[in-house]
Amino acid sequence: MSDAKKDDVVKATTAKTRTPNRPTPKLDELESGPWPSFVTGLKRLRDSEQNGAMMNDLLGQLEHSYTERLGYWKGGTVSVFGYGGGIIPRFSEVADKFPESKEFHTLRVMPPAGFHYDTNVLRKMCDIWERHGSGLIAFHGQSGDIMFQGTTTAGCQKAFDEFNEIGFDLGGAGPALRTSMSCVGHARCEMSNYDEARALRTILNDNVGEIHRPALPYKFKFKFSGCPNDCVNAIHRADFAVIGTWRDDMKVDQEEVKAYVEQVGRKYVIDHVIAMCPTRALSLNDDNTLEVENKSCVRCMHCINVMHKALAPGDDKGASIMIGGKRSLKVGDLMGTMIVPFMKLETDEDYAKLKAFARQVIDFFAENALEHERIGETLDRIGLPAFIDALGIQPDPNMVKHPRTSSYVRTDDFTDEAEKYFARKGAHKDGSAKEAAE
Amino acid sequence: MSQGTVTPGTPAPAAAKAPPPKLRKPIESGVPDPMQYMHPIMRKNYGNWAWHERPRPGVLRHVAKSGDEIFTVRAGTQRQMDVGTIRKLCDIADTYGEGHVRFTTRSNIEYMVGSFEKVPKLIEVLTKEGFPVGGTGNSVSMISHTQGWLHCDIPGTDASGVVKSLMDMLHKEFIQEDMPNRVRITTSCCQINCGGQGDISINVQYTKPPKIDHEKVGNVCERPSVVARCPVAAIRPAMVNGKPSLEVDEKKCVCCGACYPPCPPMQINSAESTKLAIWVGGKHSNARSKPTFHKLVVANLPNNPPRWPEVEEVVRKILYAYKEDAKDWERMGEWIDRIGWPQFFEKTGLAFTKHHLDTWVGARHTMNMSAHVRF
Repeated sequence: MSDAKKDDVVKATTAKTRTPNRPTPKLDELESGPWPSFVTGLKRLRDSEQNGAMMNDLLGQLEHSYTERLGYWKGGTVSVFGYGGGIIPRFSEVADKFPESKEFHTLRVMPPAGFHYDTNVLRKMCDIWERHGSGLIAFHGQSGDIMFQGTTTAGCQKAFDEFNEIGFDLGGAGPALRTSMSCVGHARCEMSNYDEARALRTILNDNVGEIHRPALPYKFKFKFSGCPNDCVNAIHRADFAVIGTWRDDMKVDQEEVKAYVEQVGRKYVIDHVIAMCPTRALSLNDDNTLEVENKSCVRCMHCINVMHKALAPGDDKGASIMIGGKRSLKVGDLMGTMIVPFMKLETDEDYAKLKAFARQVIDFFAENALEHERIGETLDRIGLPAFIDALGIQPDPNMVKHPRTSSYVRTDDFTDEAEKYFARKGAHKDGSAKEAAE
Repeated sequence: MSQGTVTPGTPAPAAAKAPPPKLRKPIESGVPDPMQYMHPIMRKNYGNWAWHERPRPGVLRHVAKSGDEIFTVRAGTQRQMDVGTIRKLCDIADTYGEGHVRFTTRSNIEYMVGSFEKVPKLIEVLTKEGFPVGGTGNSVSMISHTQGWLHCDIPGTDASGVVKSLMDMLHKEFIQEDMPNRVRITTSCCQINCGGQGDISINVQYTKPPKIDHEKVGNVCERPSVVARCPVAAIRPAMVNGKPSLEVDEKKCVCCGACYPPCPPMQINSAESTKLAIWVGGKHSNARSKPTFHKLVVANLPNNPPRWPEVEEVVRKILYAYKEDAKDWERMGEWIDRIGWPQFFEKTGLAFTKHHLDTWVGARHTMNMSAHVRF
């Protein structure tokens, strides 16, 4: 702790001799109104002994941005011993005007899966970041990191060492496996179809090297949602989205259905539950019970969301895996695409299978993607048939909206492929029902 | 460069006189186990919840199969929090809650307690301390929030300010559940769109090609990778004033800004040309309709700090047209699917222009390939 004390002295001295408060007329306007103000928080830090000098100049630079309508940070290379990523370096381009905040780096720190904290650990984080950083923290960044914003190059190692000692580790940055997010799921939600936190930690902690030492063609993100409501936005934002679902019939408590109909009326239920089913799989019987055509149900969650006391996912639970979601840069937004319609997630073996598949996809990406190419772009470049072939996955009608509409394809092995399909299904060619053994 | 920091590319210092500092080897512990921080009732009933209800906006009651109950009080935060704010939130949890909190993906804080008796006091104290209680059910939740001028190296605007201004306006829609369905609003400070897809998205839209500082390009940028980064092949190597640089075919350039992060001398931002655009109808949930991307409705709004009034005005128009006209459970995009784009532009009083006609890859799939029309 002697280092920390030395820091305190240095900071306190700086605070005494620092420049007067920077005027912030524009930012001041963001202190009024009913929503909590980040500006008021920045000023509290400015007025503190420990972080005052740095935050005074930070406020000065931010006000300068509000006036000139331009940003003034540039990147660089800063990391901690043993790692190649996890720090977002920021050097000021206007350090001549605002010298105390000339270095304002961020530590990306991975949160507990599901964003659970107790006040004890939050207070420890505050103490560490007050000692070695600006005192400004975001819960959380868009990838899910706790973002400890604003420290010097020297402060990065000191802060990291202390965070690391209380059980926290740096997240991803650059062309690496990135920090992940999972929904509240099993911890508090009846819609949950698998143990999201377990899946997240199983995959991420099996690949910490890929997080800490950027060596992939580009970033790679996993996200975990327990049901198709997809509360962590996995399908848009994750290269590998794990979204909970179930295979058997959804559960219907007919007494609760009747109670709900009683409460809101038949017309409301017909208009807002039955008619809003995207596959017309629901029907309200004359006795106010619900009929479900489970073979047509696409597990969209709408009726369960509305009647959550009466309806619930089934018992045969697991997840769908969608690959290739990403934001705009540079080919435009891509939506995750169904690659594994169902993977059972219940036993240790099931999670081991998920871990192995995740590793296989990361390896495929590392070996086959071009530089600065996300896996969704790789999928587009090589086509879905080559993509699933490389991963050893068989084609499945759940992968498409509809079969191809273009005739420009060589089909001379169609008969062989059809044989394989029937063999997989364990069904007879004449279509007579014989369900797959698996 | 300080001790204890490794900078790739920096040559190792020559044999120093003082003994080298001891470097602490990191513990690659990865993602922490949430169980150690989780409320004991949630831990006990992990994976065994039966149903839930919302006794009032901002409050959830979850009932486990065991019969246990847990109450959650959700409150808005400013996301970019000083340690004083976090300690205050902790004090509230220790005094009025049970010491366990979590954050939602939209930076709301949740207090979990085992009995409903603690809920009214929590609501009272949070409200008094300036943390609005709400964000549940069919409300407008906190806006998903990117970094902006406060910390990003390529931002066109400041997300914190835009979010604060809009949430001041939307405060009443946060603390009540009075929308047809949930409304998810996002911001992004550049066209990479870190903020993601939303029912309403407020994103930076560049309107001019990059301004190139030819003195710096040769030294700062890895030119072939910048050329490769351009999505429309508008950048080519060039010698300018006898120095290796890059030039942009401004007729081809789509002003996306993709060249700027790898090559800062290709400045895409300027006080005047960096504008804001508003998009609608993005949705990640699979409920009812499939997930969708948001669609452009207004561009060229001025980047007008500190409160961006022009943005606020358009968001208000769109939000209240939706609130008035959508049926229960229709998300923004589903409402528009039903009433059609002609009515959307009519009801919101916004203009439909040639810039709404997509020109990107797959654009034909966004066209109306049918005789379905609305008048």
